[in-house]
Amino acid sequence: MTNHWIDIRNADRIMIIGSNAAENHPISFKWVTVAKERGAKLISVDPRFTRTSSKADIYAPMRSGTDITFIGGMIRYVLDDMQKLTPTERAKKYNMTYVRQYTNAALIVNSAFKGPADTWTGLFSGYTPSTNGTPGRLGKYDKSTWQYADTNTPASEPAVSSNTWTEWEDLNPNCVLRLLWEHFKRYTPQKVEEITGCPEEIFLEVAETYAESGAPGKAGTIMYAMGTTQHTYGTQNIRGYAILQLLLGNIGAAGGGINALRGTSNVQGSTDMLLLYHLLPGYLYMVNENEQTLDAYLATAKKGRGIVTPQGLAGDKSAAWWWYNDDDPNSKKYIVSLLKAWYGDNATASNEFGFSYLPKKTSTDDYSHIAIFEAVAAGIIKGMMVWGQNPAVGGPDAEGERKALEKLDWLVVTDLFETETAAFWKHDKAYDGKLPPAQIKTEVFLLPAACSYEKQGSISNSGRWAQWRWKAIDPIGKARPDLRIIDELMLKLKELYTKEGGKYPEAITKLYWDYHTSGDYAFEADPNVVAKEVNGYEWATGTPVTSFTGLKSDGSTTSGNWLYCGMFKADGTNKAKEHDPVDRSLNQIGLYSGWTWCWPVNRRIIYNRASVDLDGAPFDSEHPVISRVNGSWQGDIPDGGWPAINEAAPGSKFLPFIMHKEGVGHLWGPGVAEGPLPEAYEPWESPLETNLMTGVPNGTNGRGTPGFNDPCCYVGELGGMNERGTPDEFPCVGMTYRLTEHWQAGQMTRNHPWLVELQPQPIAELGEELARDERIKSGDTVRVITARGSVDAVAIVTPRFRRLRVGGKNVDHIGVPWHWGYTGLSTGISPNGSSGNVLTPHVGDANTTIPEYKTFLCRIEKV
Amino acid sequence: MAEKAILYDATKCTACRACQVACKNWNELEAVETINRGTYENPPDLSPKTWLKMEFREVGNNGTLRWLFTRRACMHCSEAACVKVCPTGALYYRPDGFVAIDKMKCTNCGYCVDFCPFDIPRLDVNRASGLGERVTKCTACTTPGLNRIDNDALPACVKTCPTGALTYGNRDTLLTTAEARVQELGGNARLYGKDEVGGTHVLYILDDSATTYGLPQDPKVPAAATVHDVLKPVGYAVAGVVALGLLLNVMVARARIITREEEK
Repeated sequence: MTNHWIDIRNADRIMIIGSNAAENHPISFKWVTVAKERGAKLISVDPRFTRTSSKADIYAPMRSGTDITFIGGMIRYVLDDMQKLTPTERAKKYNMTYVRQYTNAALIVNSAFKGPADTWTGLFSGYTPSTNGTPGRLGKYDKSTWQYADTNTPASEPAVSSNTWTEWEDLNPNCVLRLLWEHFKRYTPQKVEEITGCPEEIFLEVAETYAESGAPGKAGTIMYAMGTTQHTYGTQNIRGYAILQLLLGNIGAAGGGINALRGTSNVQGSTDMLLLYHLLPGYLYMVNENEQTLDAYLATAKKGRGIVTPQGLAGDKSAAWWWYNDDDPNSKKYIVSLLKAWYGDNATASNEFGFSYLPKKTSTDDYSHIAIFEAVAAGIIKGMMVWGQNPAVGGPDAEGERKALEKLDWLVVTDLFETETAAFWKHDKAYDGKLPPAQIKTEVFLLPAACSYEKQGSISNSGRWAQWRWKAIDPIGKARPDLRIIDELMLKLKELYTKEGGKYPEAITKLYWDYHTSGDYAFEADPNVVAKEVNGYEWATGTPVTSFTGLKSDGSTTSGNWLYCGMFKADGTNKAKEHDPVDRSLNQIGLYSGWTWCWPVNRRIIYNRASVDLDGAPFDSEHPVISRVNGSWQGDIPDGGWPAINEAAPGSKFLPFIMHKEGVGHLWGPGVAEGPLPEAYEPWESPLETNLMTGVPNGTNGRGTPGFNDPCCYVGELGGMNERGTPDEFPCVGMTYRLTEHWQAGQMTRNHPWLVELQPQPIAELGEELARDERIKSGDTVRVITARGSVDAVAIVTPRFRRLRVGGKNVDHIGVPWHWGYTGLSTGISPNGSSGNVLTPHVGDANTTIPEYKTFLCRIEKV
Repeated sequence: MAEKAILYDATKCTACRACQVACKNWNELEAVETINRGTYENPPDLSPKTWLKMEFREVGNNGTLRWLFTRRACMHCSEAACVKVCPTGALYYRPDGFVAIDKMKCTNCGYCVDFCPFDIPRLDVNRASGLGERVTKCTACTTPGLNRIDNDALPACVKTCPTGALTYGNRDTLLTTAEARVQELGGNARLYGKDEVGGTHVLYILDDSATTYGLPQDPKVPAAATVHDVLKPVGYAVAGVVALGLLLNVMVARARIITREEEK
């Protein structure tokens, strides 16, 4: 989240899209409800009418996977409205100061750039398709033509700022604002209806209502979750939100922002700490094989991160020095402090602080979930540790992934219960191409883990708040905290590598690994020590470093994660354990800054300098995040403590989007894999013959067609277990999701009698029209079938699923929750456990490779 | 003592059903084995093991579709049919207005079940032996040993509600809050329970008619229940006889069981 949970109450408009917050984040509705009592309008955009929709002022149905068209239509609505208004009306309805000063609207792009509006192939300039048939991305872009015309000091279009323009033709044809229009003008309300199936009048009501949050002093928030991300173009879905929010001046404001509702309580913490294959803790780049020295690594950081000074803006400087500003760049301070935390005395200036001990990724291999399971299926990965995860239920093409597990020599599962993954071999007999148990050679170890109440430690919630949790009861049986398991495992590995050697043992043997203290933690790792290491301290004295500005590149400080530096006070107090219940923020906007601690530096709303004008006065005086009063900032911790732009001297007028090299928000995003602007592509499995936006027909090959589909999406193989269905055979659009009553892959809730009582069996939801055609009644057992497999479930026939008219044909949705499996108290109806993921394909997003769980082709029949 | 109440605002309820689970958790009620019958709703009905149940209703379709949620549990009426018909005083009014149960006095006669205009109480009786846990229903967390109310704790359902759809407090205060909320909502919004059956101690804010939400439009204490009221003193006398009879019943039943076991 750019903002945080409580802040939702400050919103005037709330759009929940790609999320079913009421069902999957019930507590978020505490704040949605407060906002509604204040008069906020709630908009729910979803293929199905959910418990979230039941509370919405406007419900807009849409076909699954058409978010870019829907949001693109809203962007078009705003741009169109901006053009139609007189400059005075425009300034009243939209925050033009924000658009001009805090976004790259005015910057001028390379004239060689061509977009889908020019090419009519659905593609941007610079595309090369990959060789057909191999697993991986459909193609790749050379992004050089997407850059600014002048990449060092990008010029800007003066007319954008003068506020006198009345026609787009008055503006430079290559300025971002105009390119935005050229791109999105195709996204007319009629086109939106044709592609998404959302009736034009409902779409327009949504667009008009949400655009009202663009007025200075008003705020709109977008709450999204996996319904947005789990698409082959998930990243571009979010880019669409970012563009809309920047145009409406909603980033940095209280009650605004782009708010990712994280799927589990500590997903935020796990990504911060590095559970992503392409990053080190604190979102530092993961090291590549061609960066064999620290200098080479830092050179890469420098390449993409130099300061540029956009010309013609009142703010005259970027503050992107976070990463690389001078000869002693922050990126170096952070990585050296990280290495010092990991290798201690073995990290010295002479060995580049142990940089060579870090694993390096190849430039060609993918290490995402999808790619890892392909490598398991191909026999490349021989052993696997599955920790707090249940891919046999949660993985895409789950039957394919279960089948892949048969190839492992060994598998270690750490969990509260025997999960489907741990029991992947336990079927009575061979079925669906799986080996009979007697022929499966994989050795499986199940390590019982303690649950959250049986151990202490911190979690970081969606709002980036690190909150300490204490132990309530001892673990049952032989269950142990994860930390204790890791500690014992690592100590044993160090011992074995020291004794027996092996390939490059130093990476393990040189680790600084000392987490034992006294009392309960005399013989097991103390989470307090880990927390202090994450924060960082002076290596010589052990005194905590209280801000990342105190980190050094000479090896005198440690920090396991620079973003968490500041969680500790110098006296060793952990702020994540503090609970000041008083809201001391300006106008009590609910920051509760003394309630635990959040990164970075306890800034509760990031990009908050975009919530004030050039003099530092809040755009929204009712909900001021920060305010410049008599030469100092009040309120939240500002994004950089420099004076207000008008106050600052030339040469030090720092712009608010400090993580971007040009200091402004990206309406134009030249770094994204499949284009600087989101374009409407069809899901990998689509009910259409032609992409109605790009005009590109669906090809007949089994891998997807660039321009019809996302041109850079990842298409996996999984040992031949990733068949692609056609609309002839599978005319319905399927989707997977969660229910309030169950949790993720179900280990915890399907073993809980009270929750099993509420939702005892897997369900398949469908609309009344489809049910009539297929002669299905509520309560019937039905089979949902895709090219990859089928699941049996109980039918729920409901008007909440409505037939949509898309491109002249009827499209019906079928919804299957993915919670169920074949172990625990409540299991599926079919022997494969009836998880919705038996149906989903092994394809992923172009940027992140997150699987496309949310839309695929299927059909349904009565059993 | 001020009258207390629980206020349920259906317009703020997301049917997460945390209340339904919290009720079972606090009151130590076992899970019921269920199947999916083509709806999110479960268990199918109130029972001795389910005192609170959320109901889901789909009203209208396409552009006018609404998904309405209702709480189904004891309404804690001021003129409670169950109290009126109870021959032994097992069901009684607490000074704060909630209708509580003294299980020791219950004879499993079942009159309360027959007369409740909201169809709430259930008997937990082993049909073979005639023994059981007696009448069951929501006691507003006043069950002896599990009494939250008299220990200054919120009812379990209210405590767990994430959206503020459930609140607890003085009935007068809640009525004022509720009336303001109804004003604010406008349209078809209404307050239910203010005057119904003498005024209930569970109040509902609805944005449509009571019947749309599955509640009786004009709940009445059945006329026959009033007759019971008159006959109550007689009932106590009868109860003594019944208790004696039950004791005999138990002894006979026990004797039979022992005989059966000996036969084995």
